[in-house]
Amino acid sequence: MSAIYILWLRELRRYTRSRAQLVASLGQPLLYLLALGFGLGPVFQKAGQGSYLQFVAPGVIAMTVLFTAVFSGIALLWDRQFGFLKETLVAPVPRLQVMIGKTLGGATVAILQGVLVIIVCLIAGFRPVSAAKLPFAVVFMILIAVVFAALGTAIGSVLQDMQGFQLIMNFLVMPIFFLSGALFPLDNLPSILSVITRLDPLSYGVDGLRTMLVGISAFGPAADLIILAAVGALFLGIGSYLFSKIQL
Amino acid sequence: MNPMIRVDNLVKKFGEFTAVNNISFHVPKGEIFAFLGPNGAGKTTTIKMLTTLLSPTSGRLELDGLDPRTHQHDVRQRFGIVFQDPSLDGELTAYENMELHGILYHVPRRIRLERTEQLLRLFELWERRNDQVKKFSGGMKRRLEIARGLLHTPKILFLDEPTLGLDPQSRNQLWTHAKHLNETEQVTVFLTTHYMDEADRVAHRIAVIDHGEIVAIGSPQDLKAQTGTESLEDAFLQLTGSTIRDETAGAADQMRQVAKLWSGRR
Repeated sequence: MSAIYILWLRELRRYTRSRAQLVASLGQPLLYLLALGFGLGPVFQKAGQGSYLQFVAPGVIAMTVLFTAVFSGIALLWDRQFGFLKETLVAPVPRLQVMIGKTLGGATVAILQGVLVIIVCLIAGFRPVSAAKLPFAVVFMILIAVVFAALGTAIGSVLQDMQGFQLIMNFLVMPIFFLSGALFPLDNLPSILSVITRLDPLSYGVDGLRTMLVGISAFGPAADLIILAAVGALFLGIGSYLFSKIQL
Repeated sequence: MNPMIRVDNLVKKFGEFTAVNNISFHVPKGEIFAFLGPNGAGKTTTIKMLTTLLSPTSGRLELDGLDPRTHQHDVRQRFGIVFQDPSLDGELTAYENMELHGILYHVPRRIRLERTEQLLRLFELWERRNDQVKKFSGGMKRRLEIARGLLHTPKILFLDEPTLGLDPQSRNQLWTHAKHLNETEQVTVFLTTHYMDEADRVAHRIAVIDHGEIVAIGSPQDLKAQTGTESLEDAFLQLTGSTIRDETAGAADQMRQVAKLWSGRR
């Protein structure tokens, strides 16, 4: 247990120390929130869907958690070639504990980053419908964080170089974000797109967050919760397996 | 008495390629043993097998009487290692790096605190213990890695080219420390290096490996006598020839290039 704790603590220490990175990582969500939130606002209003800022804020929060969690896992690539991973792999600690400590650390960082973005959203004018449902929103953030930190660890375990990182970014992480309903409503979509969005685990995270924060739901919170938990368990299993197969 | 490191008929194949071909050597407790060879000779592959990171194709392998394949955790608890590439976390302080290591190696808290202070003082890093490691010079990082490798009182210390890229002062100091610890703590040292003068000065015995096979083994004097040469460098060149070995750049080398560009980052 102490090994899991100290590796988790390491991720947190690294996060709190890189202040520049912390501020920089708020830039992208801010851009989406302000440019899209206010830019598409009038069109969205005319279509009779209400405030786009209200609609997109949960999507932007989910995006932040997604990116932070996946990157923390992919940072394994650096750890692996230079460094620190070797120290943990020759230590008398089961690899499963190393993987869990790292993944939980990455997930915690992603949750903290998500909370920061919630605050930014509040400042920008976003208003959650019910304060009582905020804790449930946090539960969905935790689920999103764990699902994608585990996915990141799985990817980080097999990636060999930076070129691979670009590939993952453009063909996996960005599509997960754009096809999740973070930016547009999931009803009345062309049928192919509708199928794809239902295969994207982030759709359920965004939907869960949106249900709790603004009261709009496509799948229902129970379905969101069950699917995210199942996908999380699956990714943790795959991540542990791939991590245990790392050869230096 | 059992040797601290026992290697008999060790073979490692990667597909068709034989990286280590039937090598055997024993290292008794308390010895400083140097493993020399040109690039790609099989040094690092052998260290990886000894340190549980790679599994051998065939042959016998024992550390302190234990097989790294079957007693992975017991073996890991018994050695400390300094890798070719630094393996510190640059964002953490020197003290935090030591703490992390101590916890991963199950060192009891009280002993961990005592020994951390003792080792950091010995390696002249105590004053800088609360500084982030990324602000340290190459020599300081190396010293910290050795201090860290010794924190759990290992019986064997592996040093894989620990002086690569260090200035003569740091190299000199590092070997003085290594020798001192070998004498005071009776730790067995297994090292590789490309600097022949270092091996000559520090090592009790030397094995020269080339193309995956051990071509000579003995004290520095033995090797010089055997080849009829004046210096270990000449002996080494005579044993291994003077052809330059070109290794294909692997993923790790490419990452090193990228890391150079990004070196300010961590």
